[in-house]
Amino acid sequence: MLKGFDRLFALLATSLPAYSAFAEVEGAERWGVNMTQGVTEVSRTTYDLHMLIFWICVAIGVVVFGVMFYSMWRHRKSKGYRAAQFHESTAVELVWTIIPTLILVLMAIPATKTLYDIYDTGEADLDIMVTGYQWKWKYDYLGTDVSFFSNLSTPRSQVDNQLPKGENYLLEVDEPVVVPVGKKIRFLFTANDVIHAWWVPDLAVKKDAIPGFINDAWTRIDEPGIYRGQCAELCGKDHGFMPIVVKAVPEQEYDAWLNERAAQAAKMRELTEKTFDFDELFAMGEKVYNRNCAACHQPNGQGVPGTFPAIAGSQVATGPLDKHLNMVVNGSSKNPAMQAFGPQLSEVDIAAVITYQRNAFGNEMGDTVQPVDILNFKNKQ
Amino acid sequence: MAHGPKPGFSRWLYTTNHKDIGSMYLWFSFAMFLLGGCMALVIRAELFEPGLQIVQPEFFNQMTTMHGLIMVFGAVMPAFVGLANWMIPMMIGAPDMALPRMNNWSFWILPFAFAMLASTLFMDGGAPNFGWTFYAPLSTEYAPPSTTFFIFSIHIMGASSIMGAINIIATILNMRAPGMTLMKMPLFVWTWLITAYLLIAVMPVLAGVVTMMLMDIHFGTSFFSAAGGGDPVLFQHVFWFFGHPEVYIMILPAFGIVSAIIPTFARKPLFGYSSMVYATASIAFLSFIVWAHHMFTVGMPIAGELFFMYATMLIAVPTGVKVFNWVTTMFRGSMTFETPMLFAIAFVILFTIGGFSGLMLAIAPADFQYHDTYFVVAHFHYVLVPGAIFSITAGVYYWLPKWTGNMYNETMGKVHFWLAFVGLNVTFFPMHFVGLAGMPRRIPDYALQFADFNQIASVGAFLFGAAQIVFLFNVVRTVMGGKKATDEVWDDPEGLEWTVASPAPYHTFSTPPAVR
Repeated sequence: MLKGFDRLFALLATSLPAYSAFAEVEGAERWGVNMTQGVTEVSRTTYDLHMLIFWICVAIGVVVFGVMFYSMWRHRKSKGYRAAQFHESTAVELVWTIIPTLILVLMAIPATKTLYDIYDTGEADLDIMVTGYQWKWKYDYLGTDVSFFSNLSTPRSQVDNQLPKGENYLLEVDEPVVVPVGKKIRFLFTANDVIHAWWVPDLAVKKDAIPGFINDAWTRIDEPGIYRGQCAELCGKDHGFMPIVVKAVPEQEYDAWLNERAAQAAKMRELTEKTFDFDELFAMGEKVYNRNCAACHQPNGQGVPGTFPAIAGSQVATGPLDKHLNMVVNGSSKNPAMQAFGPQLSEVDIAAVITYQRNAFGNEMGDTVQPVDILNFKNKQ
Repeated sequence: MAHGPKPGFSRWLYTTNHKDIGSMYLWFSFAMFLLGGCMALVIRAELFEPGLQIVQPEFFNQMTTMHGLIMVFGAVMPAFVGLANWMIPMMIGAPDMALPRMNNWSFWILPFAFAMLASTLFMDGGAPNFGWTFYAPLSTEYAPPSTTFFIFSIHIMGASSIMGAINIIATILNMRAPGMTLMKMPLFVWTWLITAYLLIAVMPVLAGVVTMMLMDIHFGTSFFSAAGGGDPVLFQHVFWFFGHPEVYIMILPAFGIVSAIIPTFARKPLFGYSSMVYATASIAFLSFIVWAHHMFTVGMPIAGELFFMYATMLIAVPTGVKVFNWVTTMFRGSMTFETPMLFAIAFVILFTIGGFSGLMLAIAPADFQYHDTYFVVAHFHYVLVPGAIFSITAGVYYWLPKWTGNMYNETMGKVHFWLAFVGLNVTFFPMHFVGLAGMPRRIPDYALQFADFNQIASVGAFLFGAAQIVFLFNVVRTVMGGKKATDEVWDDPEGLEWTVASPAPYHTFSTPPAVR
């Protein structure tokens, strides 16, 4: 018997590393029970509204449950209480119809005011287009060349419990969306495939991103900081793995960042002209693959049988180059899960990832694809 | 045997007897309850701690989808139809349902519908994985091939529900004993009559929306695809035009059951009978004009947002009237706390808590923070589990002695109640917290700050699951034997069902009773 317990403890002990991973989170963040007050005027108003309704409900609850528990305590048969026989009163029914209606009117007034405020998306200082993809976000700073994707940066090994989980597990991205504080920012939402929802609790902004339609919302952030959120509309397999990180910075810092990003975009256009050697393309391709392809086709290129085809030994990756280019640039006509990566990735990235796919996982095609090939392919269409 | 049931399996296959069909509905729904419950336990086991341990996201999404579909269409709705079959003829003094052959048919297509739905788990690409609300285009262009089977099984379930509803309306309107005027009917009959109208109104809408999906998937239409000129949000409008009345379909009969049980154990007539009827009718009417409160974040114009907010808040009024009436019925009664009463009281308390969170969700600007979080999951489980499930359980304990002629084991019933009550609150109350703290629903893995409450919720879920085994054991034992029940069973309960023998004979009220 003792031996059995020993074994059980040994088993528990080996499972402890994974378990203790989250024991290190700051005490203040754990056991959170309420909505955040956030960092904008709207988020604070929303919080106040939430608390107002909450306390009204508590007050009603105390009265109703109070009467009920009093009655359950006093009016029992075991205490010899004899039942009264009253069973209707129009006056009482009217009272408990009219009073709740008045309370509702009281609730509706501040709610309506807040809603008008939230809907006032006019006269923004800057516009950011947010596009939901399965399973990442794309940000376009309208009126500039700055445009990038924002992917989950938590390593897969943390999700699979092979490494201890970091402080911002599942709430961290490779490229946060950078915004200035004190400015009215208007977000325009749409999606490329299915419906997503962009939600950052600290900004009290949640809006659906719907393919083919554009929604808007606005925010004005008071203090610099990093604010984290997640996709809030079920959008398929990795719905739980497409976080949002907003980095609010002072205006000068924002301007500097924007200029730097614009310069990078210009440089990227130059790179398209350059010729890379195989090793460079293969190394870059591996990174692009892991960021964009591995979620479905798996890091080992084996895919998921019945759902996502393998890259290893696939007809596309080991067949004519044109078909491969077409698949990556335009997506699959048969399976919408295979997106068109042409508009999503740079020519350099597409050239690299195709080179990688044709030469990794035992695919030994030996050919390389240059960025300019991609550009030509796109121009031919 | 001239008036008794046929022996063997053919009794159940060919039966047109409302009691047999009622029993089959109840056993079927309990089986589905266990199946859907096991899926919930897979979900809770995966969410016990952060990281992916037991299942992968693809399968997790299939579990949340199937859990919802099976609980809504397989567990709750057939259980209420089962209770209606058993009790409505006996409550109104009718010999059987008005359309007994259709009654048989509407039950027997259900096992096939659910066998087909469950079989999708074994298909290539897996079962439906787009949530029980199956929003397009995730459920059309991006759906697994098994979606076609899902659509067909929804059609069969819808046909079954519509036939059941027609039968109930025909029975109530045509087969009441002389003197049983509408305003003398027990509230369970009233609430079911109104529910049946809701079913007939909205199940065809559900059939319509899944047919539009089928057309989009196989026949080249673009109802829900913007690329072809359609609108993904149209799906949500049509779905919730069905979906919101649907949630009242799952709660109105519960109101009826509780309105029967509380007066019996308070030994005092129901307070405000006619206001209960009017409140039920008002709730049913309002249920048709509030659907878009499920869609506050889709980007409606502010006028739409305000309309649906105000209309939704209004539902609090008739619902409040009901709660106040139940509390007043208890007030100055002479109460005892047998198992049905315990479940009924828990219903009133916990359903009211679910109503409070519902009122909070109605406030559109605050809903922007609540929408699609665990706060919503907590809300609808608080209205569905203590609402629908507890009331069905209460009804089973209340009428089981009448059905079987035997008393159930009271101690075991109380053990069941307390396990279920504690388990339910431990499971679902912490979900309010993680939802407000920012945890989205339908995610297989979560950020570390949500870990503690998720762990507690998972423990509660297994406790709640264990409680149902006590229930099953108690019911089976009662069916097999036990202390004999009197004809009245309880202390002077109201209603025609208590005037017949226990167990109720195979045919009751072959001649109509006299109604005072």
